[in-house]
Amino acid sequence: MARDAVHLALDVNSLADQLHAQGLKTLQVHSRATDRHSYLLRPDFGRRLDETSVSFLKDYSRQHYAEKPIDLLLVVGDGLSSMAVTQQAAKLIAEIQSRIPPHWTLGPIVIAQQARVALADEVSELLNARMVAMLIGERPGLSSPDSLGVYLTHNAKVGCTDADRNCISNVRSEGLVHAAAAKKLLWLCEAAIRMQCSGVALKDESDTGGFIAAAPGLLVEKE
Amino acid sequence: MQYKHTLGLQTYEFRDLKEVMAKASPARSGDYLAGVAAATYVERMAARMCLAEVPLAQFLQELLIPYESDEVTRLIIDTHDKKAFAEISHLTVADFRNWLLSDIATTETLARVAPGITPEMAAAVSKLMRNQDLILVAKKCSVITRFRNTIGLPGHISARLQPNHPTDDPRGIAASLIDGLLYGSGDAVIGINPATDNLSALMELYHLVDGVIQQFEIPTQSCILTHVTNQIQLIEKGAPVDLVFQSIAGTELANKSFGIDIALLAEARDAARSLKRGTIGDNVMYFETGQGSALSANANHGVDQQTCEARAYAIARHLSPLLTNTVVGFIGPEYLYDGKQIIRAGLEDHFCGKLLGVPLGCDVCYTNHAEADQDDMDTLMTLLANAGLTFLMGIPGADDIMLNYQTTSFHDTLYLRKILGLKAAPEFEQWLKKMNIMDSAGQVRPISQQHPLLQQFPSKLA
Repeated sequence: MARDAVHLALDVNSLADQLHAQGLKTLQVHSRATDRHSYLLRPDFGRRLDETSVSFLKDYSRQHYAEKPIDLLLVVGDGLSSMAVTQQAAKLIAEIQSRIPPHWTLGPIVIAQQARVALADEVSELLNARMVAMLIGERPGLSSPDSLGVYLTHNAKVGCTDADRNCISNVRSEGLVHAAAAKKLLWLCEAAIRMQCSGVALKDESDTGGFIAAAPGLLVEKE
Repeated sequence: MQYKHTLGLQTYEFRDLKEVMAKASPARSGDYLAGVAAATYVERMAARMCLAEVPLAQFLQELLIPYESDEVTRLIIDTHDKKAFAEISHLTVADFRNWLLSDIATTETLARVAPGITPEMAAAVSKLMRNQDLILVAKKCSVITRFRNTIGLPGHISARLQPNHPTDDPRGIAASLIDGLLYGSGDAVIGINPATDNLSALMELYHLVDGVIQQFEIPTQSCILTHVTNQIQLIEKGAPVDLVFQSIAGTELANKSFGIDIALLAEARDAARSLKRGTIGDNVMYFETGQGSALSANANHGVDQQTCEARAYAIARHLSPLLTNTVVGFIGPEYLYDGKQIIRAGLEDHFCGKLLGVPLGCDVCYTNHAEADQDDMDTLMTLLANAGLTFLMGIPGADDIMLNYQTTSFHDTLYLRKILGLKAAPEFEQWLKKMNIMDSAGQVRPISQQHPLLQQFPSKLA
């Protein structure tokens, strides 16, 4: 299952249908990695949008410029486990929807293929969002092939590093359950707005017993 | 110095020593990603022929990463022991290889010369060595360290018990912990990678593991693998910290991306030593490394990943750790593509570490997006155990459900001890016998429900 999770393509349409049923709008983008092979060998390709996606998001941003700016943008990336996205993303987003402060604007959900964590920076920059959370399939383990990671970045721009992000990992029924993960994310979002930053400077001081780790200190990103 | 070599009709020229080193490296995806690898096999061989002729002394003249801009280079040069180097100062890289393989280079000689060897010299000679050469020489190196037990004695192999849990659930951690102890693992360290970096949750983990070690009087040490700054804060708050952990890399810039520098690590070492928790030694540091970490932080300065890795061992050596291990296949296929590349890298890292005098173990591991499987791990762990590996990981089913990667199991350590007649650290082995976990012949015994580890375990964890 772990090997399949890496190589099976994400069923983008059925995910979009699920999110539409939750009353959400979706956009679809693709990284510069054309296929799985180049995705695995060239992480730099997975961190940037392809040309079509860039112009698509630019057009979208132009057409919607009059709307209220996005407070929290959610990007869903296949990462290393399409299985994680299929099984966790819509459920986690539903929990986030039910907890989000009423005055916040949640932008359209951006579904990204062949994506790595930093791809969300470019998406966020183009859509002019205050914060972006990348929901991405983590590296699959043998008995944990469907684990989702969440990476929050405040004021994200191309070139942000892991030191600028906070990470919530192991989101799955047997790990950190969806409701708890959503609660954590929103605690982090509010703290990020208060401190006007995310990453190493933002430590988890929530009283819920945290599962948030600032990304640095790990040898590599787990996406 | 000019770097060129003619093969057939073509002369290959190399800009500098850094380029010779990179192009002489066995093929691996990370060097292609960095754009420093040889373009063809012939160019790779030309680079090796060229490297073979380079005098070792040249590595003290031509620094791959400038002295002015990198504190790891400064550490390597400023702490270089010229007296120890004198014995090999006349050799070229090729001569050095022959010398290492010869019977002149005994265990005692290698220990004497180690402070005179720089990481770049070790990396260079490894590029001219086949796997069997890496095994033979590493086997001759002896690095012994102590905290509550003795690690690295010849004929011994230790295991880090790694009871990770995706939500740091104390009962889940305790279950893996007991399981490991009952299979004779945990003499290197009981080391948890926490999912959280919440300080009060980390404090609880320290007390959990320390409580078990105290209650059952286990001659071993604990470690919580969180960022070094968290560990320093927790020492100040009175946490029972045995070993201080940190991931380290071979360049100043890469370490900066980890949020560390050498001074911070020295501060952490002094803080841990001030607790005086070691009963028979004061090796208080535990480091992890891995090829590709410098490049993944865009901090490789055009140096190949294996040389960057060897430079990390200079930092380790400087701080006299109890344990250091390469997490060889953890980083992913963009750095080490398949089983073949992971196996080669594991042998190189172990060789370079031991040659430099670092107590090197290996997290023999892979991720499921690399072209590798458990058979490759069997191969690598068997080769490394023959090379005198200091320690490896022990985790239930070899499957880390928190970090999502595949490593080695408690049974793997037992397998290596059995086929090669290797033993656990002597103090720990005595404890295993006292606890009836191991019989007098050194075999792990069947465990009944009545075993004290199961019966007397703190009830809140049972």
